[in-house]
Amino acid sequence: MDVIIGLEVHVQLNKLKTKMFCPCSIDYHGDEPNTHVCPICLGMPGAMPVLNKEAVKAGIKVALALNAEVQPFMVFDRKNYFYPDLPKGFQISQYDHPLAWGGYLTIETDEGEKKITLKRIHMEEDPGKLSYKGSITTAKYSLIDYNRSGVPLLEIVTEPVMNSPKEARLFLNKLRIILEYLDVFDGNLEGAMRVDANVSVKGGGRVEIKNISSFKGVEKALTYEITRQKNLIRMGRTVKRETRHFDEANNITVSLRSKEEEQDYRYFPEPDLVPIYAEELIEEVKQILPEMPEEKRERFKKQYGLSDSFAKVLVMDIKMANYFEDVAKVVNPKLAASWIVDVLRGELNYRSKDFTFAYEKLKPEEMAKLLNYFENGDITEKGVVEVIRTKLDKGGNVDKIIESKGLFAIPKEEIERLCIEIIEKNKKAVEDYYAGKKQALNFLVGQVMKATRGRADPGETAKIMRIILDKK
Amino acid sequence: MLTEEDVYKVAELAKIEICEEEAKKFRAEFESIIGYFNLLDEVDVDVEPTFQVLPIKNVFREDIPKKGLSREEALANAKHVENGYFKGPKIVE
Ligand SMILES: [Zn+2]
Repeated sequence: MDVIIGLEVHVQLNKLKTKMFCPCSIDYHGDEPNTHVCPICLGMPGAMPVLNKEAVKAGIKVALALNAEVQPFMVFDRKNYFYPDLPKGFQISQYDHPLAWGGYLTIETDEGEKKITLKRIHMEEDPGKLSYKGSITTAKYSLIDYNRSGVPLLEIVTEPVMNSPKEARLFLNKLRIILEYLDVFDGNLEGAMRVDANVSVKGGGRVEIKNISSFKGVEKALTYEITRQKNLIRMGRTVKRETRHFDEANNITVSLRSKEEEQDYRYFPEPDLVPIYAEELIEEVKQILPEMPEEKRERFKKQYGLSDSFAKVLVMDIKMANYFEDVAKVVNPKLAASWIVDVLRGELNYRSKDFTFAYEKLKPEEMAKLLNYFENGDITEKGVVEVIRTKLDKGGNVDKIIESKGLFAIPKEEIERLCIEIIEKNKKAVEDYYAGKKQALNFLVGQVMKATRGRADPGETAKIMRIILDKK
Repeated sequence: MLTEEDVYKVAELAKIEICEEEAKKFRAEFESIIGYFNLLDEVDVDVEPTFQVLPIKNVFREDIPKKGLSREEALANAKHVENGYFKGPKIVE
């Protein structure tokens, strides 16, 4: 193991309605800067923070789901630093009495399951957002938007137990799945998850890459950084301990001004907030903890008779799992699972969409209707795919699409009639068939397909064709 | 033993500029303050730490949005403003 990676993941509890310590709305995406602010999140003198109860409950939910030890006694502290992203001169965070200690989640690597252990989880307020006119290097000052300032944030700190950028990505994916199951997090919102990554290569110092703002960015930043460190070591130079910044546009990391060391934050208990005795809250949250991916996977296998591989894929996304269950209410669940996993998921991916889009464009009832047609032989496999594509791209009514595109399958009698007709017209191919040439059957079936412009089911047609030929 | 170097470091962390004379003065003052804390070492440590002197706990607010300040109000006292943003120093070198 010559690479060691630890992550600090900042997760916005963005399904809440208000900020951590003030009642400003956190529904600010796309709004003008500094329009979701008040004296508390602007750090004005005399303004007093009051803790959002639902934020604490959401935090407890996450900690429980990550198998962490939720603390019955929590304290908020001031983390002192002078950056303009927080106007008070400190961030309200947690230090030695955080939300939870320990915990883990399991990822599936090529070598099997791996437990990624956590050090701690704490609650804090999100800082405001800095931006720069032009580039970060040429700008002379920063522009500050405090809409984000005070958004409830969890910091989830892993132990340094990951050994490749890929493991880091798998960890973040799994974390995202769990957070979305808990309904406390929407990963599609800009800035929902930001990551600081610590990485060291054997023989070098530990480097921290700050504020990587996308899932994909983490793997890229780590891959770049590991190559950079390995090259330095190969050339006999030292990798110095430092903080770097990930330049997303150029896919490189650049050295950042060294930040204050930990003790320089001068943490002390936030005098404007009182301690939390959380025992009752923890019990309350335990009662409402939803079914988690592993449990759902087992239930899908038992309840619907799905194979493990289908169940595993379906539970990877809570929206896909719900979609499946909605369809499986009215359709053979195994059929539903295979169409959703093998076809619909691919069609959505191809369009860079997820199952939220499917819920809008191809409702589970519509998908169910389509699959019922398929099961009754009213429409071919190819026809189903075409309807799915049309629904996703243009919308419309399922029956009308099938009708207007002539996708209703040809009745069996019609296929039989066509087979007889084709046999009569293609004597040579029939002779070849009796002579044992397999391609001859394909040719004859192809003629039927051609005559129906692809509406006949090829498997079904081949079966009928063979029966007729063998009877002769 | 507190040095003048320590005083300069604290001043830097607090973003305060001090002169040599002040550093001397503060060093002596800091030392007497630290002296008080040293008294604590003489006390039996078998007591609960105090995080908050108020006799209350679990003060919460429901998750219900309320209207805050308008942007004009929010920016009213700021000296440096641009396009609805506060202007601040650049933090990355
Ligand atoms: Zn506010």
